Amino acid sequence: MTAHGMADLLKGKPDVISMGLASFTESIASQGARAIHVDWKPPAGGDPAALAALDALQPFSEKIRQANDRALGMMIDAQPVLVDIRPAREVIPGMTDRTILHAGPPIAWKAMCGPMRGAVAGALVYEGKARDVGEAEKLAAGGKIDFSPCHHHSAVGPMAGVISPSMPVFCVRNETAGNMAYATLNEGLGKVLRFGANSPGVLDRLKWMGKVLAPSLAKALKLGGGINLKGLVAQALMMGDECHNRNVAATGLFLRAVTPRLLAADIDRETVGRVFQFIAGNDHFFLNLSMAASKATADTVNGITHCAIMSAMARNGVEIGIRVAGLGDRWFTAPAGEPKGLYFPGFSAADGCPDLGDSTITETGALGAMAMAAAPAIVKFVGGSPADAIRATTEMYEITWGTHRDYQLPTLDFRGTPAGVEIRKVVETGILPIINTGVAHRKPGIGQIGAGILRADMRCFRGALDAFVKKYAE
Amino acid sequence: MLRNIIIRNRYVDSVMLMSIAAKAKGWAGVEEVSAMMGTGANKELLSSAGLLADEGRAAAPMDLVIAVRAADEAAAVKAAAAVQEFLSRRPETPAGDAKAAPRSLSGALSAMPDANLLFISLPGAYARREAEAALDRGLHVMIFSDNVPIGEEIALKKKARGLGLIVMGPDCGTAIIGDVALGFANVVNHGPIGIVGASGTGIQEVSCIISNSGLGITHAIGLGGRDLKEEVGGISMLQGIEALDADPATKLIVLISKPPAPSVAARVLDRAEKCSKPVVVNFLKGDPAEAAKRGLAFSPTLEEAALMAVEMAGGQARPPAGVAPEVRLIAAEERARLAPGQNYIRGLFSGGTLTDEALLVLRDYVGECHSNTPLVPGMKLADAGKSVENCLVDLGDDEFTRGRPHPMIDFTLRCERIVREAEDPETAVILLDVVLGYGSHPDPARELVPAIEEARTRAGGRHIAHVASITGTDGDPQNRARQRIALERAGVRVMETNARAARLAGLIASKGAN
Repeated sequence: MTAHGMADLLKGKPDVISMGLASFTESIASQGARAIHVDWKPPAGGDPAALAALDALQPFSEKIRQANDRALGMMIDAQPVLVDIRPAREVIPGMTDRTILHAGPPIAWKAMCGPMRGAVAGALVYEGKARDVGEAEKLAAGGKIDFSPCHHHSAVGPMAGVISPSMPVFCVRNETAGNMAYATLNEGLGKVLRFGANSPGVLDRLKWMGKVLAPSLAKALKLGGGINLKGLVAQALMMGDECHNRNVAATGLFLRAVTPRLLAADIDRETVGRVFQFIAGNDHFFLNLSMAASKATADTVNGITHCAIMSAMARNGVEIGIRVAGLGDRWFTAPAGEPKGLYFPGFSAADGCPDLGDSTITETGALGAMAMAAAPAIVKFVGGSPADAIRATTEMYEITWGTHRDYQLPTLDFRGTPAGVEIRKVVETGILPIINTGVAHRKPGIGQIGAGILRADMRCFRGALDAFVKKYAE
Repeated sequence: MLRNIIIRNRYVDSVMLMSIAAKAKGWAGVEEVSAMMGTGANKELLSSAGLLADEGRAAAPMDLVIAVRAADEAAAVKAAAAVQEFLSRRPETPAGDAKAAPRSLSGALSAMPDANLLFISLPGAYARREAEAALDRGLHVMIFSDNVPIGEEIALKKKARGLGLIVMGPDCGTAIIGDVALGFANVVNHGPIGIVGASGTGIQEVSCIISNSGLGITHAIGLGGRDLKEEVGGISMLQGIEALDADPATKLIVLISKPPAPSVAARVLDRAEKCSKPVVVNFLKGDPAEAAKRGLAFSPTLEEAALMAVEMAGGQARPPAGVAPEVRLIAAEERARLAPGQNYIRGLFSGGTLTDEALLVLRDYVGECHSNTPLVPGMKLADAGKSVENCLVDLGDDEFTRGRPHPMIDFTLRCERIVREAEDPETAVILLDVVLGYGSHPDPARELVPAIEEARTRAGGRHIAHVASITGTDGDPQNRARQRIALERAGVRVMETNARAARLAGLIASKGAN
């Protein structure tokens, strides 16, 4: 913000923002002045209660501005580095032998959606706590398992987001703030645990990942220090990824970084070959790294008083929830939405589970749909043309506190990605964050059936705004 | 039947392929279509959907597999061909022009961080909120909107003053900043004269007269019609004077206002007296003595204020007072064609301050005129829709503009009235203001000429004098010269200024009595 004195106004042609009649804007522009027309709509959709809440915060706008600036700075300065891969139980805070972590806001077993139940059951069999899926379901229902959101343990998981104690997890350290974040390793597409599949083939793959893939990568990581994920993400944005629904370039970059170390590590040649093939065969291998990096980034703002920036957004297949930096650990929830998707052969929207997963941590961290303009290859999700993707990203600038310094968008003249969703802006403009997502079958055990996009739910932001007013303006 | 068609070595991103398959599903005779790259994982998906045939099974990872299950061979082949057709299509929207218009002030600011002025023409109920946010972000504000409560105006102006910013308006129709016309304003020459005005058409008339006299203006700062009321206290006018006094390009300042509250007038004149440069004051019905005792030039009419400013700023000398001989000649010509009983002037105005100025000028010719906005309360029209004797109607007044565009934009009301007045055997002169510039009708003559011709027909054998002024310049989008020629061809007597048009009308109607 610059303070414009009267002399500044009279120094030459004014630089005008115009709201109202478009003909006035056109007149101004036709005279050679810079003029931007605002496609104005009544704030908060004209809802008097929402307007009153926004106005109630007006006297505190300077405090909020300072807090938001500080938070955004911490998010931008974060340096997420992949430092290790370890079994979840050994590293994730608060994890015990009877803990099962899941995606989204808190939810009880009996309320869980199909894919999450399928993933939980699969994980219990994987852990050897049940002989089969049927037994696993009984165990899950019996009250001897502690279910808890990943987000309560510095962790995130895509789709069902199930993390059980012996699953290997990426350990990502934010070198700037020192905090850690964790995420599972990506299994691939199609029939996989995170989409609720739990057939023997799915569990065999998980076992191989735990026994072979994870230790090999961990060995590789020991050579030459951690891998800076921020650098990989920034490069991948230049190469057509948005690092949520498209991770092709980032996966390649990761593989490029890790391969020489795999070859140099004390691992037999055949294993190196299989590890290489596994990563190379999964265009989404980097997704979980992008998520862990985003979690390590977003967690830095938790607890900053007066900060109105969203610090988490996640779905459990039943509800979508957000958390806000200045409002502690509280979730503000609404029913999970239905993605507008594109489907694998044999499936349609009717088969889809409501929106699911922690992967919206990427949007929280200025990636994913925020960076849609970076990923022309997947513009079919937002309408079909690169122009639609640019429009999607451009719209998101309306609701973020600022732009990212290091995550840049070539198609927008290297403007930074929209960073730090601010709840007041969401309520005022009525623009909801766009979410890129995968779609799971609504029945357990089947897996992924498509991918698509949707918007977050306004009720989350209205609830958060009311709580913000209660906490800071009353 | 099931068909797999393989296109070798053709890579297409999976998202693109899924969207094609989604489109293909509605085709006649087609049960299921999928297009996928021939990777192992994809072939497994196709297989479990019952869509994998032998050809597909043999496909390599870089081969494209189009799988179709259809009622018959012909439908399958057609579907496969259509998929290939989709693949070769280019997107319809070009990549340029993708930047969506911002939806809020902050969105606009992120696209133009150095913006320094917010122009608001929203419904008045929403103006305060946006203006306040703009002030918080360090922007000056011009509020074109009306229907903003005066309490909000006061709060906004005080807040702005505290921040070193200005709020022009609410109900500020006209401003020119850095040669850029904002709202209803004209394309005028750049020059040494600065204007601060609480009247939109007042600013337009003065700036046009200055420009048409060969000089020009630096800036015209609009204020909104209530700025010089007691409650508002002239906050923005005082800021405007301050700014123009400090502006090195401005050599002379003109102040324009409808009758100000006396206390506010005193405060404004006190500040004007302290200016380092000459000031010309045009307060309608203001006391010339108040200005004179502070050594300030004063004129009650827009025309004289403008010409005074031109002369004082080194431009052409003012023409001698009184009516020029050629104008008397025109008046005599027109008068000679009037029938007995044609006694009255019917003024149909679109500018409020232009109405006021004409009322003032006509005082000396025909005495007080009736009006919906009279100079003295006793002359207020009972029904603004019905003229009485000498009568000037401001068609831009609130009662005419509720739910209707302003008469500078929409000529319907004025044209109807031109015809109606002609039917009255007492009508001698129809007096019009024609306001050009940004915001106004793109071609006023096109609207007026047919109405004037219709009026002539309706008047039967009676001649009616049509007198008009044009507030505008040759630089305006409507072009003053072109408007003038079109009106003159229709027999309209077009005068240089609003005051002169009023004088001519007065001369005709008073039958030379003056």
